[in-house]
Amino acid sequence: MYKTRIADQVYDFKTLRNLMAKATPARSGDYLAGVGAATNLERVAAQWVLADVPLKQFLNEVLVPYEQDEVTRLIIDEHDSAAFAAISHLTVGDFRNWLLSERATTEMLTAITPGVTPEMAAAVSKIMRIQDLILVAKKCRVITRFRNTIGLENRLSTRLQPNHPTDDPAGVAASLLDGLLYGCGDAVIGINPASDNLEATSRLLHMLHDVIERYRIPTQSCVLAHVTTTLKAIEQGAPVDLVFQSIAGTQKANDSFGITLELLNEARLAALELGRGALGDNCMYFETGQGSALSANAHQGLDQQTCEARAYAVARKFKPLLVNTVVGFIGPEYLYDGKQIIRAGLEDHFCGKLLGLPMGCDVCYTNHAEADQDDMDMLLTQFAVAGGTFIMGVPGADDVMLNYQSTSFHDALYLRQVLGLRPAPEFEQWLQQHGIFNAVNQLQQQPDVPALFKPALQKLIGYGDEQQ
Amino acid sequence: MSNNNEPTIAQDPWLSLKQFTPARIALGRVGMSLPTRACLDFQLAHALARDAVNIPLDFAGLEQRLKKEGYQTLTLQTQAENQTIYLQRPDLGRLLSASAAACLRHNAHLPVDAVVVVADGLSSTAIEHHAEPFLRLLLPELQQRDYRLPPVCLIKHGRVAIGDAVAEHYSAKLCMVLIGERPGLSSPDSMGIYFTYQARSGISTDADRNCISNIHNNGLSYQQALKKLLFLVNEAEKLQLSGVNLKDETTDATANVQQKQANFLLD
Repeated sequence: MYKTRIADQVYDFKTLRNLMAKATPARSGDYLAGVGAATNLERVAAQWVLADVPLKQFLNEVLVPYEQDEVTRLIIDEHDSAAFAAISHLTVGDFRNWLLSERATTEMLTAITPGVTPEMAAAVSKIMRIQDLILVAKKCRVITRFRNTIGLENRLSTRLQPNHPTDDPAGVAASLLDGLLYGCGDAVIGINPASDNLEATSRLLHMLHDVIERYRIPTQSCVLAHVTTTLKAIEQGAPVDLVFQSIAGTQKANDSFGITLELLNEARLAALELGRGALGDNCMYFETGQGSALSANAHQGLDQQTCEARAYAVARKFKPLLVNTVVGFIGPEYLYDGKQIIRAGLEDHFCGKLLGLPMGCDVCYTNHAEADQDDMDMLLTQFAVAGGTFIMGVPGADDVMLNYQSTSFHDALYLRQVLGLRPAPEFEQWLQQHGIFNAVNQLQQQPDVPALFKPALQKLIGYGDEQQ
Repeated sequence: MSNNNEPTIAQDPWLSLKQFTPARIALGRVGMSLPTRACLDFQLAHALARDAVNIPLDFAGLEQRLKKEGYQTLTLQTQAENQTIYLQRPDLGRLLSASAAACLRHNAHLPVDAVVVVADGLSSTAIEHHAEPFLRLLLPELQQRDYRLPPVCLIKHGRVAIGDAVAEHYSAKLCMVLIGERPGLSSPDSMGIYFTYQARSGISTDADRNCISNIHNNGLSYQQALKKLLFLVNEAEKLQLSGVNLKDETTDATANVQQKQANFLLD
């Protein structure tokens, strides 16, 4: 069935799973897994064959057995055939044409979302160029709410990530204030704790809660501990806004993360019970990234991009406020260089948006990847042009706890300038009210500490002297 | 406001916060962008980190230095033939090349208790800076405990698990791998030590290892690292295992400092 003759070569890809892997643009992780195309010709042959596969086939031929995998069951059981009706007659190739056409308006794209499976999204992305991924993603609109409104048109939000190597409260506060004074933090103020234990998590949760309350910041907090740690913190009465968890696209990979769909559901209900979202009930924050299933040896023969798209099925089940593809964190054995990282980031954003998710991107790299700040500028700019929901804000782009390079507060301000992107409206109002941003969302020409934070810093001068 | 045409660098009036964190805060700005100095600072740190990954380790030089101290060495290669393959195929960095395996076979040996393996890993700078001085402390300690040691194995393009292959060859009980860690912007030359009891290739997993990380001039000192490693060796001998069930109960001064709970935003 998945056969072609092209340039005097016969290719028989045998299964849809193999066809998907062979059609994927080159990346190191698929070679590490032994599933990538051997030659350029084999890849293009696979893309030709894939273009002729009817979308319906993805409902008939699952890529990971239904009986073995709860992510497959989730995808199949919750597929909405009424929403699918508008595109059910299309092949993968037709679907690309349809997505790029005027027919696919924002309203249409929203309407078909429950009828699109992750595999359909992954398949079409494999035959799309970067400009296609940008164009279609930009037409998708996903709006979520907790204490503010994320994802409105011409808005870009930022996760303020004030990590510290030992979770020292003053160290976290220093980066946090630096970020706020650069206009960052409307998506979430989210800390990766140096140690994933209940005590450290609770302490940070209380601290973020107190800061948000004291300064009346229209945003939400998150401590990125394991979901079981967060559940315990909720039981102990800690102020949890968003529940965090890393998720993946196969049951086996989620097993290795120590999670099940049931556990995620339990955590979501516990957070909803707290009723802390003044504007909405999107109370989950998920992180994903191509290669995570393979690194847990749980990719089940899938290519890493298809695995990643399947993680979005898990995400959308729980109506998250934010989903973040941490694209370059995993290292060069999965995404070798800037070119592979850039494409992966835009694929993830496209697939996530098409599946109805508020997709952000940790535009990032490690020092053993063939990438640098120029590559990050390209992904950052393209991601924002594509209507990306949020990016990270890390002081000077250098995360001193996780030891990788992400995007800086300055990077977000660059995007605001060149693309006219505004923060979430509630946060924008707070920034302007306290004179951090002017009326056109730029920092004030004469840097000054807003009255709101003056007392804290004035005390500090004495405090700092005492320390010495 | 300056009257000339020079753009003004806006300094952030919260420089004093730098006392609380090594993070790159209060960088200032030109317009909304990073000032030249901060921009080049970053590029400098990245260049050091990249060079640590990509400049090959001077294995001959390391051999010489160890020989001078009276230690025998064997330099071996993994199946990752070059750096590009090494970075993309961690699996190959865990396997000895055919010639390395042959070399070990031809290296007739007496019974052995412990193997010491040095691998370039992801930072040649780390090994260049820290392997020889650390071995000068470690090897006499091991000899003092009457451990029989084969030559120190220096491994090109090696991952942590390459130690398993060496330990298995010598049927050694104890395996210690010194390896260059993935460089961060602030620590391009950080060395790690992985300790495995009864290491066996393809069988030992990360859960069977104990790791002593962050050995560099601003991190863990050689003495601190040595103390931890010898503690692990003693405990492993008692419990006959290593890994998650072997807890490092040594305390180091830096981690034990009473953490200041003060927070200027809330006090």
